[in-house]
Amino acid sequence: MATKEYAGKTVNVSEDGYFTDASQWSREVAADMAKEVNLELTETHYKVLEFIRDKYNTGGSLTIRSIGKSGIASIKEFYKLFPGAPLKKATLLAGIPKPASCI
Amino acid sequence: MSEEKKFPIKKVALICAKGSIEDVYASLVMANGAVMEGIETKLFFTFFGLDAITKKRMNKLHTSTVGNPAMRMPGGMPFPTWLGGVPGVESAVSSMMLKQMDELDMPPVDEFLEMITAGGGEIFACKLAVDMFKLKKEDLSDEVDSIITIGDFYEMCDGLQTQIIFT
Repeated sequence: MATKEYAGKTVNVSEDGYFTDASQWSREVAADMAKEVNLELTETHYKVLEFIRDKYNTGGSLTIRSIGKSGIASIKEFYKLFPGAPLKKATLLAGIPKPASCI
Repeated sequence: MSEEKKFPIKKVALICAKGSIEDVYASLVMANGAVMEGIETKLFFTFFGLDAITKKRMNKLHTSTVGNPAMRMPGGMPFPTWLGGVPGVESAVSSMMLKQMDELDMPPVDEFLEMITAGGGEIFACKLAVDMFKLKKEDLSDEVDSIITIGDFYEMCDGLQTQIIFT
């Protein structure tokens, strides 16, 4: 298993960079990771990341639709917050394994 | 040996020509999935596929209960073709299917179209089919960008890393 260093902490990651242990995540770690994808995290970004982590920890299904209904950001805003492939990028920064979601 | 160079899909154009639940959702899931991956996405509706973007019909799609050998009864027994023709059966099966999709967080058609455009995907209607069904732009979902010809469609499909998918 690969490891990476973010904000001075060593974390376990999968081949494509996703966390394999969600408990190794922190806001500082996320901020450091965000630099790799040229993002500067705002409070809204963190709210989305925490929503995603919460979904993951409670075993809920994570879809773009559920984020749109979270009240944090509309789907349009979500695409703007994490440009490109938003669900992939957001789950990467949220420190959870790669999402297995089709919607 | 040198490593094989990859050419990821940059643009995808999908054509939806049928109006049953499964045909429409196949197109919607693939279009939304492409948008989610950051792929430029064009979704083109023609013939009976137009039902999916016609305001009055989009959330009342059905699945066909006759002529579908893969159709099963709840529990897995074969679904007799004669049963599919009994009045009300198609509606009941269709609403059951939509309910099961809802449980998987699959949105209704109107919301699905909004999700696609929210992510930057574009939706078009085929001019020839719109004329044939005597529809007008205002009959179509607000998410529809415009009514275009097949020539316009092909023009949009330029680029080496573009794929056209007919669902």
